[in-house]
Amino acid sequence: MTTTLQRNPEPDLQSLLHEDQLPTWLPRTLVAGAALITIALVIGTSLSIAQAVLIGWLLTWSLPIASRVVEGGRKAADRTVTLLVASAFGLALIPLGSILALVISRGAPQLNAEFLTYSMRNVVGEGGGIYHALVGTLLVTAAATVISVPIGLFTAIYLVEYGDGNRLSRWITFLVDVMTGIPSIVAGLFAYALFVIFFGEGIRLGIGGAVALAVLMVPIVVRACEEMLKLVPNELREASFALGVPKWRTVVKVVLPTAISGIVTGVTLAIARVIGETAPLLIIAGLTDSVNFNLFSERMTTLPVFTYFSVKFPGVPPEASIDRGWGAALVLIIIVMVLNLIARAVSYFFSPKGER
Amino acid sequence: MSSTTEREKQAPRPVRRPGDRIFEGLSTSAGILILLTLLGVAIFLTLEGLPGITASADEIGGKTGGKGFFAYVWPLVFGTVWAAVIALLIAVPVAIGVALYISHYAPRRLSATLGYVIDLLAAVPSVVYGLWGLLFLSRELAPFYQWLADNLGFIPFFAGNPSGGVSANSILTASLVLAVMVLPIITAICREIFLQTPRLHEEAALALGATRWEMVRMSVFPYARSGIVSASMLGLGRALGETMAVAMVLSASGIVTFNLIGSTNPSTIAANIALQFPEAFGTFTNVLIATGLVLFVITFAANFAARAIVERRKDFSGAN
Repeated sequence: MTTTLQRNPEPDLQSLLHEDQLPTWLPRTLVAGAALITIALVIGTSLSIAQAVLIGWLLTWSLPIASRVVEGGRKAADRTVTLLVASAFGLALIPLGSILALVISRGAPQLNAEFLTYSMRNVVGEGGGIYHALVGTLLVTAAATVISVPIGLFTAIYLVEYGDGNRLSRWITFLVDVMTGIPSIVAGLFAYALFVIFFGEGIRLGIGGAVALAVLMVPIVVRACEEMLKLVPNELREASFALGVPKWRTVVKVVLPTAISGIVTGVTLAIARVIGETAPLLIIAGLTDSVNFNLFSERMTTLPVFTYFSVKFPGVPPEASIDRGWGAALVLIIIVMVLNLIARAVSYFFSPKGER
Repeated sequence: MSSTTEREKQAPRPVRRPGDRIFEGLSTSAGILILLTLLGVAIFLTLEGLPGITASADEIGGKTGGKGFFAYVWPLVFGTVWAAVIALLIAVPVAIGVALYISHYAPRRLSATLGYVIDLLAAVPSVVYGLWGLLFLSRELAPFYQWLADNLGFIPFFAGNPSGGVSANSILTASLVLAVMVLPIITAICREIFLQTPRLHEEAALALGATRWEMVRMSVFPYARSGIVSASMLGLGRALGETMAVAMVLSASGIVTFNLIGSTNPSTIAANIALQFPEAFGTFTNVLIATGLVLFVITFAANFAARAIVERRKDFSGAN
């Protein structure tokens, strides 16, 4: 301000309050222009997409530079950070787009009736399918859900309805948080170490995979259910108590039905999280080429493990096996996305009216 | 009901019906079961791992290259921490930027959708990341690594192979994949914390004439600092334990080196277990389980520290 005064001995109010500014339409125009140039470079020249995007991105830096010249340091810093932050977001989208595009383009040609209904038994080279892996994934995940939902739900009920912030409940909350961070492979080793005591060395069982997944799933279920139970208004509980309803019936008939949509959402998301787990199933469920419906005997192939072995150890010639790997990966991603959509739909359509 | 009325005369204590006792018992035992599970993880891993730790190099056999347990596990520990730290160095700045974009820069109507898009990254199964890293990313990065080795080869990190040339299945590629995998976790937590910044702080800063960046620097970051630290620690825990992506991308040889783009790379504990376990037998199985125990202790410590920071913050911050 002082400099303005020195330069202009008798300033009018207008110029005193007015600083030089870039026009408001300039940033959008510049970004749009850079995007257009990028597209033109991709189409018109031999540059790769990555190089063209890099050039376009460098062009957008003209905005902070122009701002530095016209508006001064503070505004320029602001615009620089805006550019960086937006670039970070764009950067994060690159792997997502690239993964989805790649899996769909490589996996989609594999999807047909044979791929989904044949196992790999006696298949060498081309042909065969993922039926055995689909069966394995569904059985193991279902068993993991059956194990972890009662434990997780009852723990959440304890934390919200009975724990009342005492020492035990605070420890459970804390350790459930810590448990979320158990590496999946450690859960697999735990299941192996547990089953090896009863069945001897080299044991591979579908139910072992379910136990390993349950270890990973329980903390997610507890957190989701706990959040949902906490959202149930206390007035409902008090009204129920006032009518002389026992506490357990209040929980079963009032609290749980109110929270059920949130609980279903949370459990579905938890299933979506563990259904793609590879490492624990690699350890304890193993790999087989045949269909196995029995969780309690023999090895059981699952989709992620099948994908892993198809790509990492494709055999000779590798193409057919790698293609099957892409197909299995696409099926896996579709399952996960459908589960996510179901979860969103449940929470959207069935959540109690008046919430959110 | 009749029994209830009789008891009411004696004392005004709350009535505890059998149903209540059973239900409370069930709930409490479920909670305790979780504690026991966590304890069980530690106990069973120790039980099965102990023979591997105490076994002499001869007993383990050739699988470890004639080394005892500690000589075997040390390069793996190094590789695990090294890969995770590089991944964090890449992921944390980007995650803070993305979180800031979603919470403070993006148009308000879009921000929920954008957050959901980033969460999609967390929904992609790890084996698909491995596939992507192995069959796409490493091939795309190869020319870039060659450029690094040619121009920055004097820095030990980018030395490349002694014979010249680089390997794209190197620890830097693995760390990049890890960075993408932990990005959504760190972003989600940072976003929540940024959104919790007291609105009055932000508005006060803006009212004093601060630009948006100055507002973020002076009101959002100081408020969120411990949250960013704990989010990074949680990301670290995830990166330390991530298995499949590393197992698929990395061509590992179990050595200690700081070279990021060479063809000989340190392996990580988790990837090593995934690669060796299906074929392992005898004492070597115990050795692998023992390395799993080491991994468990490391990640437990990282997560414990992260959660402790969050807990401490909860006590001192008036916002929660």
